Amino acid sequence: MLDIAAVTGSTAAIGYGLAAIGPGVGVGLIFAAYIQSTARQPEAARITQPFMWIGFAVVEVLALLGIAFGFIWAG
Amino acid sequence: MTGQTIVLAEGTPYWPPSVHDFYAPSIAPWGADGLHNPWITRITVMLWLSVAIIILYFLLSYRKPQLVPSKKQWLAESIYGFVRNNIAVDMLGTRDGVRFAPYLATLFTFVFVMNLWGIIPFFQISPNSHIAFPAVLAVLSYILFIYQGVKRHGAGYFKHALILPAPWFIQPILIPIEFFSTFIVRPFSLAVRLFANMFAGHMLLLVFTLGGFAMINANALLSPVSVLSWVMTVLLTFLDFAVIALQAYVFTVLTASYIQGSLADGH
Repeated sequence: MLDIAAVTGSTAAIGYGLAAIGPGVGVGLIFAAYIQSTARQPEAARITQPFMWIGFAVVEVLALLGIAFGFIWAG
Repeated sequence: MTGQTIVLAEGTPYWPPSVHDFYAPSIAPWGADGLHNPWITRITVMLWLSVAIIILYFLLSYRKPQLVPSKKQWLAESIYGFVRNNIAVDMLGTRDGVRFAPYLATLFTFVFVMNLWGIIPFFQISPNSHIAFPAVLAVLSYILFIYQGVKRHGAGYFKHALILPAPWFIQPILIPIEFFSTFIVRPFSLAVRLFANMFAGHMLLLVFTLGGFAMINANALLSPVSVLSWVMTVLLTFLDFAVIALQAYVFTVLTASYIQGSLADGH
């Protein structure tokens, strides 16, 4: 079979790009929700802030697992 | 970093950066065969320095406390006050918050100083980009929250942690999920989060610094772009500072939240 196009390099780069989509959307949703709740009720900003960071950290770890496993299984 | 710069100056581009850039050579006076004797490296020295800086700074600034604080005392009190009021008391309530404030404040300053080495010139690698350091901190938090839970609730802690108020037929699914997320994922994700942030931060700086060298050696068209690459390095250093402060905060907040979960009565 004739090769029409060929790319060299690590597929881990493509894999990480795909893996970052989900956490990207998730982190965006978390900050959107925080901004919205703060706009509706500004005095709740201090109360909900730690929970925003916890949610952010929990979602962010997925993207970071992508980085770590990308290097582990880069091959 | 300096070692790579010398290699690059000799005209052999060291590209792309890889995991091997994270292994610092040995600086012990004995056993000079580099990588095979990695017991005392720059990373180890940074760990000792971090501990020494934190102990000395807090000892010196609290030695003669005054009602109208000096600048040093003010900064030390602000750091402790921030962790005590904004993390410990907010998450754990007044009584338990004050009890756990010393540990959380120590954790926060230690993680912060260890991370900060990642952007300090001539060091520019955080010890936390080796997973051993975050792993030990995560194990400490793990032991702490389980110990506190057992101390507060006795053996009932595990029932309290695993069985949520839900219909009985959903429990066979719920209990394994709760076990997995509380006792397996928590320490693992604490360690990996801090490690991967520092690893990725250092890797980004390496990509843009070494990318500049690779392009300046490549051809006339790409040489000017290398300046852009180094400007990006400076900007990313500022971004890295934000990540450093955030990760120290997140690690402390998560530990506080796990302790809070262990101490809570019922659901």
